[in-house]
Amino acid sequence: MSLILFIEQILNGVQFGVMLFLMAAGLTLIFGVMGLINLAHGSLYMIGAFAAASVAGLTGSFGLALIASLAAAAAAGALIELTVIRRLYDRDHLDQVLATFALILIFSEGTRWAFGSFPLFLEIPPYLSGPVTLPGGIEYPLYRLAIIGVGLLVAAGLFALIARTRIGIQIRAGESDREMIAALGINISALYTTVFALGAALAGLAGALIGAIQSVQVGMGEPVLILAFVVIVIGGIGSIKGALVGALLVGLTDTLGRVLLPAVFSQFMAPQAASSVGASLASMSIYILMAGVLVMRPSGLFGKA
Amino acid sequence: MTSPLLDIRGLSKAFGAVQACEDVTLTLERGEIHALIGPNGAGKSTFIKQVAGNLDPDSGRIWFDGRDVTALDTVARARAGLGRTFQVSSLAMEMSVLQNVVLGALGKRGRVLRFFRDVMRDAALLEVAREALNEVGLTGVAGTRVADLSHGQRRQLEVAVALTQSPKAFLMDEPMAGLGGEGSARLTRFLDGLRHRAPILLVEHDMDAVFALADRISVLVYGRIIATGTPDAIRRDPQVRAAYLGDEALT
Amino acid sequence: MRREPLLNATVFLGLLAVPLWAWAVDEPFTITLATRVAILALAGVGLNLALGLGGLVSLGHAVFFGIGGYAMGILASHAQSYSALIEWPVLIEGTKSMPVIWLVAMGASGLAALAIGALSLRTSGVYFIMITLAFGQMFYYFAIGWPAYGGEDGLSIYVRNGFPGLNTLDPIQFFAICYVILGLALWVFSRLACSAFGLALGAARQNAERVMAVGIAPYRLRLVAFTLSGVITGLAGALFADLNRFVSPVMFSWQTSGEIMVFVILGGVARLFGPVIGAVVFIFLEHMLGGLSEYWHIYLGAVLLVVVLFARGGIIGLVAGRERRHD
Repeated sequence: MSLILFIEQILNGVQFGVMLFLMAAGLTLIFGVMGLINLAHGSLYMIGAFAAASVAGLTGSFGLALIASLAAAAAAGALIELTVIRRLYDRDHLDQVLATFALILIFSEGTRWAFGSFPLFLEIPPYLSGPVTLPGGIEYPLYRLAIIGVGLLVAAGLFALIARTRIGIQIRAGESDREMIAALGINISALYTTVFALGAALAGLAGALIGAIQSVQVGMGEPVLILAFVVIVIGGIGSIKGALVGALLVGLTDTLGRVLLPAVFSQFMAPQAASSVGASLASMSIYILMAGVLVMRPSGLFGKA
Repeated sequence: MTSPLLDIRGLSKAFGAVQACEDVTLTLERGEIHALIGPNGAGKSTFIKQVAGNLDPDSGRIWFDGRDVTALDTVARARAGLGRTFQVSSLAMEMSVLQNVVLGALGKRGRVLRFFRDVMRDAALLEVAREALNEVGLTGVAGTRVADLSHGQRRQLEVAVALTQSPKAFLMDEPMAGLGGEGSARLTRFLDGLRHRAPILLVEHDMDAVFALADRISVLVYGRIIATGTPDAIRRDPQVRAAYLGDEALT
Repeated sequence: MRREPLLNATVFLGLLAVPLWAWAVDEPFTITLATRVAILALAGVGLNLALGLGGLVSLGHAVFFGIGGYAMGILASHAQSYSALIEWPVLIEGTKSMPVIWLVAMGASGLAALAIGALSLRTSGVYFIMITLAFGQMFYYFAIGWPAYGGEDGLSIYVRNGFPGLNTLDPIQFFAICYVILGLALWVFSRLACSAFGLALGAARQNAERVMAVGIAPYRLRLVAFTLSGVITGLAGALFADLNRFVSPVMFSWQTSGEIMVFVILGGVARLFGPVIGAVVFIFLEHMLGGLSEYWHIYLGAVLLVVVLFARGGIIGLVAGRERRHD
């Protein structure tokens, strides 16, 4: 494989990882602050994508579409937090799993009812389409580069939010000691709703950004949700840094595995067999990575032991 | 001369900059009750967790019955004969009182992977379990769910489960906690007789009980043992008086 | 008589009576529905062992259901094409015999459960949920990506596999097989629940610290429970594949894992008949609501949400109260 192709694949892996980070960051924040496992996070991703596709279809503006995805997912997040999720904070994980599984059913079928089973498409705007030439003569799609940029900006923003701002202090206090934030006179239920809506907005943004490279359809969220879980298991629950490192690891492993493994197997197998064995193994590579981390560090790379 | 049953040497544990346990050396001889006292935050919990195997010490070794158990986990130490009671009652809350003691007897017997026989009809286990309930006076509530027991009854059950283990030594973390005057007087009488079956390392706040029971007392302050001796010697020790007890508590 | 045993007996006899009635009036579709209930209940009994007795919230039980299904699909497809499964180092041929297929299904899903359990039980709580879900997805993608056995399209088996002395193509006879197996699994579950193993496992769920302090290691108990659980769910998968004469990667999907869990919860977690009652209700809802609206999953979601938020203990909990056996 040529070096240029290799670098391209690394960029693809980073782009994928950055998207996973947007999902995993929200999940891990929600878990860290509220102790809640939210399976319906994938639905928020889907809602963001549908909102963006609808608004882009009506107005033709990609910028408005992104704003719509943030707003719709945050609103949906706040709504379910106020009606359902807050009843779950004191419950065990089983109840949380079931209730949020029920939310998936409701959101998925509701969306199918409203939009039908056919996928929607979100066009990449002209100013972001086409390739750019990177140093070294590598041609790479501008849009994917933009996704990487947005993802890294969001990551930087999140780190700053948590390290520097009032709400960040509250989040950190909430992670270490729930009673302390009550003692500090912070309105916990408002904080929880805010954190949940923030996580939802990140998921919605991810859905919209990816919606422009893949199709927008019901059920798009759950595979990404499960990958985000893998990211969290690898990175460690509650750690934003862990989510970023885990997301990049998963993104790179998955992308490079798909390209490299068939190539490796073709060295000593017939081409067709090599591509199918390689593809099967590649689809398992991130789970093997996860298993490896579990053996070495059961609480994740950056988790509290 | 026989070596002490439990021999703890130079145990140290730090959490970041906080030295929770510093070079603690302590022994438990056969037939004695050795009480460990100290003000809140002195490091008693950290110490007991290390002895029970919940927490690895930074340095130091623990010998039990002639064997170095420092590297063993809680399960292995329990199997080696260390019978533990918890400061906050740690029981299977949804199960009956009898089921909890049968569980203890089962742990002692081993052979847990039995899949088809009704464990609550296992005569050998039931005998051990009933005997333990009888000793602490809980026979009357054998069928009651633990969640429905009073606090005092849970404390008694905690001791009964430890009895089913017929351990070589007891490690008791504040067994009197939350018991009323009468309850702790009764438990004091009971522990007094128990020392001849197996020695007790007793961590306790109740000074009446400690001075009534202990053969030896060690005083832990800021993670260090400042004195070890008979109750009389501890009562007279000026360092202990200054650091911890206060004159009025000793008179 | 207490309410729960009465309810259990009613449901179990009802599950027999309905297909018998349907057989008498020649309604094969109803028999098939009852067979579905029995098989899904069996899968639920498997999960209930891990979830109810062991407190292990596994969102990956579709793995075992799917492995059971593919054990049937792979063996039967080789038998119907008269091709050997493996020729070297030993010759292994396909089979159309149900008992052999069941043994393979149980063995394979048990091994998978042992491996997944050994890894995921190193953690607990929310990690365990995420890891089991992730391993489920791994098998799902593997089944899709593996072209030898149909890939995404799955595998069709033309004739239902055979059982010595029975005509499995007759719906009532196939139902009888599934019903008897469900009965056996319920019996095994009830024995396990009151055995030494069950006591220790239940205690480890309620208070692991206590179990360790009496010298019992929870890890081993949980691993055994998880493996047995996988074996039973794997058997259900093999039967489910035989019912449909079809296997596909959908059996491995996270929705399948979720649905198996829903049976257990709807009925009542840790209750002997929880999965049976849950499966009855699920199939009933699927039929009633599915007839009313194409989007019946919305209503299913709403029902589930109400049960979780307001009716803890499931349907058995509502009928029989939260009363438990005390010895």
